[in-house]
Amino acid sequence: MGSVFFIVLRRMRAPLITLIVIYAVSILGLVLIAGVDANGKPTPPLSFFHAFYFVSYTASTIGFGEIPAAFSDAQRMWATVTIYLSVIGWTYSILTILALFSDRAFQQALAASRFHRRVERIAEPFYLVCGCGETGGLLIHALDRLGMRFVVVELEETRIVELELEDFRSDTPSLVADASQPQTLLLAGLRHPKCRGVLALTNHDDANLAIAVAVRLLNPAIPVLCRAERTDMAARMAAFGADHIVNPFDIFGQLLAQAVHAPASYRLHEWLIGTPGTKQRAGDDPPRGHWVICGYGRFGRSVVAQLAREGMDIALIDPNAEAAPGFRVIVGSGIEESALRAVGVPEAEGLVAGTDDDINNLSIAAAARRLNPGLFIVVRQNQQARHELFEAFDADLTVVPSEIVAHACLALLTTPLLPSFLRLAEKQDDEWAWSLLARMRLQIGEEVPECWSVRIDAEAAAAAVDWLANDGASLPLSALLADPAERELQLRCVPLLWRRDGDERLVPAGNDELQAGDEILFAGTHEARARQELILQNANALDYVLTGREANSGWLWGWLMSARKA
Amino acid sequence: MNLEKVIFGFFIVLAATLNFGFFVGDIGNPTYHHVYELFAAIVVNLIATVLKFGDRTQIGAIHLATSLVADLQLLAAAGVWAYAVHITGEGMTPSITASVVSLSGGALLANIVSLAILIAETVMMRR
Repeated sequence: MGSVFFIVLRRMRAPLITLIVIYAVSILGLVLIAGVDANGKPTPPLSFFHAFYFVSYTASTIGFGEIPAAFSDAQRMWATVTIYLSVIGWTYSILTILALFSDRAFQQALAASRFHRRVERIAEPFYLVCGCGETGGLLIHALDRLGMRFVVVELEETRIVELELEDFRSDTPSLVADASQPQTLLLAGLRHPKCRGVLALTNHDDANLAIAVAVRLLNPAIPVLCRAERTDMAARMAAFGADHIVNPFDIFGQLLAQAVHAPASYRLHEWLIGTPGTKQRAGDDPPRGHWVICGYGRFGRSVVAQLAREGMDIALIDPNAEAAPGFRVIVGSGIEESALRAVGVPEAEGLVAGTDDDINNLSIAAAARRLNPGLFIVVRQNQQARHELFEAFDADLTVVPSEIVAHACLALLTTPLLPSFLRLAEKQDDEWAWSLLARMRLQIGEEVPECWSVRIDAEAAAAAVDWLANDGASLPLSALLADPAERELQLRCVPLLWRRDGDERLVPAGNDELQAGDEILFAGTHEARARQELILQNANALDYVLTGREANSGWLWGWLMSARKA
Repeated sequence: MNLEKVIFGFFIVLAATLNFGFFVGDIGNPTYHHVYELFAAIVVNLIATVLKFGDRTQIGAIHLATSLVADLQLLAAAGVWAYAVHITGEGMTPSITASVVSLSGGALLANIVSLAILIAETVMMRR
């Protein structure tokens, strides 16, 4: 607010001084010019008081007339001058004020101060999202669905205007500003006690790096998630201590490789990081054999590296013949049928259309499908707006970098145990993944489950902590899997990971005993999560699932029961 | 030389000198205290106040505060004058004159503080 006030004062200097001078000159004239009485005799001029009164009502165009007595001609002449002068003075002042309010710099100062006040007032934990393009947009909608709060900083005004029109559950402060500037981050609550993390999701790796650096130096306590599309920038971010670096191309490359060599664990991965509530993708797994990659950019590089490690036979189409030493490169854009034939598409097993142009990718994929209808096609979709086109084309895999980043960030934010689980799960064989998948299908259903972690502590599991404080009390994991309404029934969820003092174990069994401080990762339906929360927080529900007793909660009732027993 | 500084200094000093001019002389004698001089002091003080708008520094804030005090005192003096001359019709009796002049004396003190700050600021700059 301070800066807005000072801007107004500073801009109003000239008009205010003009007004003061006009008033002074007008009053002075009136107290010097002699009046006249009814008989034509000169009378003394107006006093200061009357002159001020006259100028006040004349300048404000109220115009009471000639007070206290009829004017002489000389006074009338001066009154005319006064009228014109004062109208000019007021007009100038009002125009200056109006110009000030339509001034961009002023509006920005106003918006910034309003934004800062809204951020200051946030009382719940929130995330600071820098960059609200496609990725940021997806992410904030997901955060909103999960009931989390966030503050948005975005460089492009149109995006912020769109955000303001959207209907979020919570108040969402947003600001048009450059997030790579430390002042902007501070304004957006970087040092706010409730700030839980910063997400650097702008389209520019440089800006993301700048944000990571600023966060590390200005508030080292909070985590920062960075999106990076270039490997060298990712390395620099890591060097500066960014907690998580999300590179959509690397993530997809690894997933594709995983899909080739371990389809079950790939499906498990895809299932767990998917958007809760959507159906699981049906379809074939990527085949082994001859693969054609169109476009050897950041995406192509990552895919080629991973597929080559899987021992695939790879050929490339790229406008630059020297792009990839060691591989067979056909020069072309991929749209030409001749290039597709030359690279061996009719005999190939798979094709990746991975240029940074959506229309190119679609035409490459369409041409390849004509040549070889059984081809496994992976297309890269760069822009969210083209979603309908890609859906209509229906490739075997559609890669949307913005979705990959959003999902990865969301998983990191909401379930910090999930990345650990996925890392451990990757090391298991495919048999293990198949059996876990089968168990999850049986217990949860076909829909993509929600993942959540539970920590046995006073905040998230008050009843469980109280129970464990009793001597000899034990809390088997199975207690958290039973329905608090009917303990014979199972909740629709599966425990995935158990962490105690840094030790991690995959898929804990029901008879494992829990201790305070343990963390468990579950996957299941939203309803199961809510019921489990009831068990953890409500002593009666916990007592019921553990012992089968319908507990009496009231003090009086409890006393009566014990009195009867005695 | 900075023209802004010249104008700024000019108005602050002029406000103090005009105020002083009105203030000097026998406190109860209206012939020593002309109302034109009070008018000039008020106008120049108001301009000096507006010139001090928008400075975000600590010194700027004190500057503005002293000017506001001087304005308040001078406007009060003008109010007392107008009340006595036009509303009660009492005229400039020695007691009324004394209260008008003593109010302007308060304003003079504020203006002197303002001058002192101006000088201190200039000495601090040493340019």
